[in-house]
Formats: sequence, C-alpha cells, structure tokens
Amino acid sequence: MSDKIRSDQVFGLAKHYRFQWEEAQGGYVLLFPEGMIKLNGGAGEVIKRVDGKKTVGEIVADCKAAFPDVPDLEADVLAMLELAVGKTWITLKE
Amino acid sequence: MAQQNNGASLNHPPKPFWLLAEITYRCPLHCAFCYNPTDYATHTQNELSTEQWIKVLRDARKLGALQLGISGGEPLLRDDIEEIVAEAGSLGYYSNLITSGVGLTEKRIAEFKRGGLDHIQLSMHDITKDINNFITDTNTFELKKKVAAMIKEYDYPMVLNVVIHRYNIEHIGEILEMAEAIGADFVELANTQYYGWSLLNRAQLMPTREQLEKAEAITNKFRERVGNKMKVFFVVPDYYADRPKKCMNGWGEVFMIVTANGDVLPCHSARSLPGLEFPNVRDKGLEWAWNESPAFNKYRGDDWMKEPCRTCPEKEKDLGGCRCQTYLLTGDPEGTDPVCSKSPTHQIILDAIEEAKNPQIASRPILFRNDKNSRLIADGELSEIVKPFHALP
Ligand code: SF4
Ligand code: SF4
Repeated sequence: MSDKIRSDQVFGLAKHYRFQWEEAQGGYVLLFPEGMIKLNGGAGEVIKRVDGKKTVGEIVADCKAAFPDVPDLEADVLAMLELAVGKTWITLKE
Repeated sequence: MAQQNNGASLNHPPKPFWLLAEITYRCPLHCAFCYNPTDYATHTQNELSTEQWIKVLRDARKLGALQLGISGGEPLLRDDIEEIVAEAGSLGYYSNLITSGVGLTEKRIAEFKRGGLDHIQLSMHDITKDINNFITDTNTFELKKKVAAMIKEYDYPMVLNVVIHRYNIEHIGEILEMAEAIGADFVELANTQYYGWSLLNRAQLMPTREQLEKAEAITNKFRERVGNKMKVFFVVPDYYADRPKKCMNGWGEVFMIVTANGDVLPCHSARSLPGLEFPNVRDKGLEWAWNESPAFNKYRGDDWMKEPCRTCPEKEKDLGGCRCQTYLLTGDPEGTDPVCSKSPTHQIILDAIEEAKNPQIASRPILFRNDKNSRLIADGELSEIVKPFHALP
C-alpha cells in the first residue's frame, strides 16, 4: 500500500477504530481492539481531519490554515497519511 | 510521529490505562487452563453491587483509564451487565466484553450495541467438538459458533481468543482457517501461561518445543496469505523463551484489575504473593489504591531487585519478569524469574519441560476448574497436588 497518495482521494478511519481526545493523556488517541495508539500533536491534528468526507487536498489546506507558520507542512501531512494507511488506521473511501 | 504504545511509556507518575473488571468469578465453563485463583470459590459470595461497579468505572476513568475489559468468570452471568456496559459507554471507555459466549442472546447484544460496547472477545477452543467440550468440561461447541455469527451480524469487530495447549496446538492451521471462515478480524493465539488452574495442570497442558515451533511456522504462513484482512497475534509461552516477559508491562504501571469482590490488583494472580495486603474498593477507594497503597508501590520500578537483575543491562526490557511466577515456582517473590536463562533457578523451568514429556505424569487426570475442586483446594484437601507451587491460591 505504498502507492502515492493523491490530493483528490478521500480517507476515513478504518472500521472499528475510534479517535478521541484524552484529557489524561493530554493528546489524541486511536483506539481499536487489542490496543491503542497515542498520537503526538502533529499526527493528532492530521487524523482529526480524516473524516471520510474531506479530500486529501482539503486536509492539507485545512492544516495550512490552522498552522500558517509551519514550513513544508504539505510533505508532513502526506507522510502522516501514508503512514496511517500503511498501518491500516485509515482506509480509502469508495 | 506516532508512537506505538500499549501504555507502557515512562510517563511518571504512571496512569492506569487499562482497567480489567473481573465482575464475577462464577462461570458455567470449567476450563483446565483457567487463570482464575484456585480458591475462587471463596470469593463468589461477596460480589460488588451494580452501584459499586459504576463507582469503580467512574473513579478509574478519572485516574486515566481508557481501555476497559469486562471479564470474569463469565461476565454474562451478572444480570446488571447491560447497566455496567452503558455506564462505560457514557464515560468514554473503549470497552471490551471478554466472554465464553454462554448467555449471549440477541436481546442482550442489541442492548450492548445501544450502550456503546466497542468489541466482544470470544474464546474459542478448537475446531473439533470433542476437544472444545473436553478442555472446557462442558458442551459448548455449537453455541460458540452461533455466538460468533451473532457478533458478526451486529457489526462488532470479531476478536477470537484461543488458548493454546497440547490438546489443540496440532490443529492451529485448522483453527486459523475456521477463524477466517467465520470472518474474524483479530485472532489471539495465546499459549497457556501457567498460573492458577493451568499451573496445576501444567504437565498435562504443556506442548513440546517442536509442536510450538511448528505452530508458529504455520501461523506465519497463514499471516502471509491473509495479509491485513485478519490480524493474528501469537503469544509465545515464556517457558520456551530465553527471557521472561515484562509482566503486565510493569507492576502498577498500566494495568489495574478489580476483582469480583472488589480487591484492586496489579495483576491477575497478585494475591498469591506473600506479605502483601491488597486494597479493596470498599475501603479507601481506587485513587488511594493505585497511587498510595503499599501493595501497588511494592514492585513499582526496580528498587526491589536483587542480583542478577539489579545490575543486568537488560533490566528495563523485562523488569526481572513476573513476580507471581517467580514466587510460585521458587518461593522468593523478589528473585529473578526462573524463565530467564541467567536466573539461578532456571533449572526449575527445564525440569517442568521434562516433566511434561514424562508420559506417566502427563497422563494424570486434569483438575478442572469447578466449585468442588476449588473448595477442596481452599480446604487443603488437595495439598499433594498443590504443594510444589508455593501458596497457589
Ligand atoms: S477460562 Fe474458562 S473457566 Fe476460566 S473464567 Fe474463562 S471461561 Fe470460565
Ligand atoms: S537477569 Fe533479570 S533483568 Fe536480566 S534478563 Fe534476566 S530477568 Fe531480565
């Protein structure tokens, strides 16, 4: 699944995964049977925007608007999405 | 970037990510490998009430708990399980019902869905009716298949847990195929760990190293074929490992267990350890239990360690192994886990492996987990069998 991610693609959280803010962790977490992943700040901000509706392009634009001072944001967001696809946290919507 | 985390990071003070609620010790099955305490029958009278469980859930959530396992015994034997599940849902837990399937009806599963239960972990034993019914000492094979279908129908992720032992290890390929056929999403092949009842039945349950290696090879091949469609976990039995496991990811680091009668434990079998008084939720509450109680602080970190662990370069990796296993097998709760090849008591493990090869010992009748046997043990009447294991509860 290392195909390049395209900006018109739409991703959603994988089936049976849940994403939520955890006060006690001070961060976002992904929950699934048999485990949990704590996402660091940047990863959390990207996954938060993966809602099964926004295109990759829209997610990138959204992140840029939210964090205007971060350089090279697009590459980071795409890398994060690629990682999430590889780990099967998110899947392509038809 | 993201960090794979079962909760065991070095964030101090530790927070209990996982709460395991063993809401009852009653169980319609009598599994030979059950890790419940062998004297569980003395704990079945004073179960916590619904209100007490709800308070446990709220207090643990405040402490940081996020993953919830509802288990037992058989949790479905409690009539208030729907209420407990609904409370967990509204508190934002990621909740898991760990069940044998006995007592799961269409009505109940619909109620769980409404209450926000996230997944159901079903125990399966074998592809053959004979072995399923033998090892659980019940007639439950057909029922398990029905329950699996129901779980699927209600769109739950299907998590199958298969405890592996000598009687089913040769069927691992077929077991995996069955899991695929019924649409499992996750399969946990959990090699028996020897505590509680399984320790008493160790010589009868332990597979040989050759059987284990073959099973692992078959599992790997299966993984390659199915890819991401189904996740298969193979939990290696530590008797055949060189190093012990990092028990519970560290004592009082991530896991908190509340037992049917309200005891708060850092691991399933902690009550077997000598000289420790475990807190009970009826007394000072969960926060005190987790943060302050002497029992939870006793083996936190590594200050308690003796040689060879104390100066071992690998000590962060396994924290010297399991306290309960070490005590049960060696009589010293602060020693090095005998599983470790650096342990001065490692011979005990090698002997146990040999013992399991001895046809005379291995063919002794299994002591099934049931109320009668549990009472006999509690009353000291099976001391001949229990004796080699220090203070087995
Ligand atoms: S292992 Fe078997 S006997 Fe023990 S609690 Fe689970 S289902 Fe019941
Ligand atoms: S000696 Fe102790 S710390 Fe070192 S590897 Fe063995 S059990 Fe772990």
